[in-house]
Amino acid sequence: MAKKDVIEVEGKVTEPLPNAMFRVELDNGHEVLAHISGKLRMNFIRILPGDRVRVELSPYDLARGRITYRLRT
Amino acid sequence: MPIVIKSPADIERMRAAGLLVAQVHVRMSEIIKPGVTTAELDRVAAEMLAKAGAEASFLGVGGTYPASICASVDEELVHGIPGPRVLKEGQIISVDVGAYLNGFHGDAAVTYPVGKVSRELQDLIAAAERCFWAGATAARAGARLGDVSAAVQHEAESGGYSVIREYGGHGIGRKMHEEPSVLNWGDPGTGTRLQNGMTFALEPMIALGSAETRQLADGWTVVMADGRPAAHYEHTLLINDDEPIILTAPA
Repeated sequence: MAKKDVIEVEGKVTEPLPNAMFRVELDNGHEVLAHISGKLRMNFIRILPGDRVRVELSPYDLARGRITYRLRT
Repeated sequence: MPIVIKSPADIERMRAAGLLVAQVHVRMSEIIKPGVTTAELDRVAAEMLAKAGAEASFLGVGGTYPASICASVDEELVHGIPGPRVLKEGQIISVDVGAYLNGFHGDAAVTYPVGKVSRELQDLIAAAERCFWAGATAARAGARLGDVSAAVQHEAESGGYSVIREYGGHGIGRKMHEEPSVLNWGDPGTGTRLQNGMTFALEPMIALGSAETRQLADGWTVVMADGRPAAHYEHTLLINDDEPIILTAPA
């Protein structure tokens, strides 16, 4: 079964956008546009500005990511 | 996590798991024809695995993968979920099988033609297999992962095919997906040095059109964004001083 090639990073949510997208400022200073993963959605986990989150980035588009986990503050 | 080196005892078990995977593929090649459903392929594979006292490695992966095999038709690249889809003459189907036996996994995929297929698709299938052998030939103790990745990429691109970037092979052993990631593109002379006893799944994925993929709403199936067919060929191999040993080869 093929393995997906992703980069996992962490950051802080700075701004909610329409369509359940968020601006996230990564720990390395970069800002990305991220959407919520299906698993978070399914479990009704709310993401708010100020939350620390784990983001999955594709190496082929480092400006976009997928929020996969909300970290305990 | 460092790359796991397998002991001779581990390797014996991996070969047993790999042989079972090979046997399932032999059966797949016998039953894949126009009119068969992908669910039927899954049923046959699941039965063979259970009869051998093995588990289906893929069942439950990611918490949600619902089947024993992946069945990806035409422009579906990987992780196609078996279902009521009826195979038609002229299509190609890539079947990925994983077996978990005695604590170790085997993983192999083959793209099969359904009935008579066009010359273009026959060539695509053959090219995917050639890319595998190009990579495998470069995979020996002392070489680097990047040598393997570059060999796959070079073989694909010289044939005019594009190489999928976001998905690739992986270390394998007690877990289905271990370190390292074995990409199908890269630069020679880069990456980890390969050592005797490393085992990984090398799985070139190539496409007729552009390499861009997208994922379907089922959360699993990956398709080529431009709708053109793609092929996949995979074996689990053991690194050696010379040519790797193909653990998922038939007897």
